[in-house]
Amino acid sequence: MHAPQRAPRAHSHSQTDDNCERGVTAASRAPGTGRTGVLLAFLLALALPMALLLPAAGWARAGSWPTPPAAPKPPPQVSGPLQGGTADHTKFDELKGPFETGSDVTKACLGCHNETGHQFMKNIHWTWSYKNPDTGQQLGKKYLINNFCTNARGNEGMCAQCHAGYGWKDETFDFTDETKIDCLVCHETTGTYYKLPNSKGNKACSVMFEDMAPIDLAAAAQSVGLPERANCGACHFNGGGGDNVKHGDLSSALKEPPRTLDVHMGVDGLNFACTACHITNKHIWAGSRYHVISKDAKGRIMSGERKDVATCESCHGLSPHPVDSLAGFKLNDHVQSIACQTCHIPEFARGGVATIVDWDWRTAGKLRNGEGYHEEGYIQGNGEDRYVYKSIKGSFTYDENVVPVYRWFDGQMIYTTVDTHFDPKAKEIDINHFTGSREDSHSRIWPFKRMHTWQPYDKGNGTLVYNHLWGDDKAAYWGNYDMGASIAKGMADFGLDYSGEYGFIQTNSWWPITHMVAPKAQALACDDCHTPKGSRLASVEGVYMPGRDHNPWLDDIGTILVFGTLAGILIHGLIRFFSPKGRQH
Amino acid sequence: MALHRVKIFSIFERFWHWAQMLLILVLLVTGFGLHGFHDLFTFKQAVTLHTAAALTLLLLWAFGTFWLFTTRNWRHFIPTVQGMWGVFRYYSFGIFKGERHPYRKAYWRKHNPLQALAYTMLKLVLFPAIWITGLIYLFYFAWRDIPHATEYLQGVAMVHVAAAFAILTFVFIHVYMLTTGHSFRDHVMPMFTGFDEVDLTPEEEAYLRKDQPQDIR
Repeated sequence: MHAPQRAPRAHSHSQTDDNCERGVTAASRAPGTGRTGVLLAFLLALALPMALLLPAAGWARAGSWPTPPAAPKPPPQVSGPLQGGTADHTKFDELKGPFETGSDVTKACLGCHNETGHQFMKNIHWTWSYKNPDTGQQLGKKYLINNFCTNARGNEGMCAQCHAGYGWKDETFDFTDETKIDCLVCHETTGTYYKLPNSKGNKACSVMFEDMAPIDLAAAAQSVGLPERANCGACHFNGGGGDNVKHGDLSSALKEPPRTLDVHMGVDGLNFACTACHITNKHIWAGSRYHVISKDAKGRIMSGERKDVATCESCHGLSPHPVDSLAGFKLNDHVQSIACQTCHIPEFARGGVATIVDWDWRTAGKLRNGEGYHEEGYIQGNGEDRYVYKSIKGSFTYDENVVPVYRWFDGQMIYTTVDTHFDPKAKEIDINHFTGSREDSHSRIWPFKRMHTWQPYDKGNGTLVYNHLWGDDKAAYWGNYDMGASIAKGMADFGLDYSGEYGFIQTNSWWPITHMVAPKAQALACDDCHTPKGSRLASVEGVYMPGRDHNPWLDDIGTILVFGTLAGILIHGLIRFFSPKGRQH
Repeated sequence: MALHRVKIFSIFERFWHWAQMLLILVLLVTGFGLHGFHDLFTFKQAVTLHTAAALTLLLLWAFGTFWLFTTRNWRHFIPTVQGMWGVFRYYSFGIFKGERHPYRKAYWRKHNPLQALAYTMLKLVLFPAIWITGLIYLFYFAWRDIPHATEYLQGVAMVHVAAAFAILTFVFIHVYMLTTGHSFRDHVMPMFTGFDEVDLTPEEEAYLRKDQPQDIR
């Protein structure tokens, strides 16, 4: 795979050398021949801008990224400036164990890391709560409704497996108890650690968690290090209830990806851990989907500067393309209007793991012999067969190597929460929507995954609903399959008004795409957007794009002018030709 | 007054003409490619070629303009109505009857009135229209933050494209005109050799024979 990338590079070098050689020869002959010499010098002066610009055209410049040689064993993942550490955790008596529970390990951790507990409790992995400072909206997984499994609220027994704590199953969870922090899920590196639901579900679901091997907590505790991709991925790759279901650009393929899948995380490339970009300060991470920096005007972070962003610009600067050609200049100009991701992530859900793009809750609840069932039927790129139907969730449509939807985006996400009232007869609503335009200085054109779902809502009140899915009770949808009862309980548990009549509504959610950055040879070319037919940015408004846009009147008049002239010439010529005296002249 | 073969196009003028022809050809082909009329080049190649050719042409024009004014050759392009009707009548009727072209090149007037007007309009209207809009277009990202930049860009692009259509039309007429008169070859060769038939006054002839004998045959 590397060889063909190098070959054209060698070719382009030799071309440049040839040009230089010719230039020197011509110049050395120039003086001494009077007027011809002056003319030659003049010619050279004219040729100079041509010579400077032409190597730019990129005929032979496929890939010149310095590809590191593939190592048989991947080096440790790069987590930013912190490397190697200053302690060997296998040597601490405190971690010898044995440990009864995860909390016991946490107590041992906090024994030395005595500031970590209260620092950690401020972060979103613990609070699951985020108040948008600009819109004032109360966001966070604790409150929001999505268009996958719809709501964590009321279903924490299951969903809070991905809470970085122990035992959140209902409203009684103590968010001030440091010992309930789960250090291991992010820091253990044995790969043997796992989490179970915090409360008992219906037996239809609980079978999933039987016969799991016991965790060696002491081994896990002694293995701790900086989080690796698999640590973050345990939750973030499985958002929405399965591999790559939710984000589209975060899948298990990124645990050990080749650099063709992601140039930053590639094990044969930079081998970045997530925290190399999502830089961390006192357990607070940079990079938020609730409040996106859609256009970073500050650029590269110098030592000692801000440590609060995960933007491309924070490493690559504001003029990321080498200015060795006209195209380089032009690409750097584009940074003002186009997010890096737009060109450099030509497709998402690559690497063999599909993402769900359509989810239909209307078909949920079908039973066979009185029991729920599931069906496979989508074989994804890596050969794995994915569920296309589950009685507990409905039907799924998958997609892979997906071309994103492109929109102006100012970074501000506005959510339809359980408190938002909308027209109950609306054809479809956005779970989250965003603003942005050409005229707004914070906006750029971003790639998005659009997730479309038919999901339950309160038909009488025109609101989304909390659905009580998980639980060992008569109302939980997962096991009882009575949507009316589960919604009634889901709403009543939090004192929310429910009309008693539910229906299904089409919803969209919008996911900015930012991972799976392809090597630059695979980035979009100019023609992918600057073309009259099939432009990637065909639906983007507020811009005039050469190649995509044209004034049909002007083109028609111009074409008529040109062809009219040609016709006139033809007629004039024919008359001359057939005029008896016209032939000589 | 007598016809002589006189050098009327200096080496610079001939170089200017042919270099300009080549660059305009590149600009027309790549430009209409960028506009989406054909796919002979990738967009990146077309942009690079188009910009390189445009900047080279601007440099050539800078030299050319300097030459025109320092050598006083600009006077060839002063528009005049004198003899215009005759030329116009010739192309509309006379040419079909085998009449002789009414215009004789003079030493300080090497273009016929219609030609002079056409070239002057090209130099003063079409070329400035296309290169000024071209530069504004090229540096769009330097002014994109002013209000209504998109609308302005659209206007700039329209003028640029309209001028391109007009120049393409000029090119067709210009080349067709070479076929009129004596022969295609007789029209083209002066731009290679520099020599053409010119009606000289006895004073001009005497001057040339004495001071520039190499310019008169």
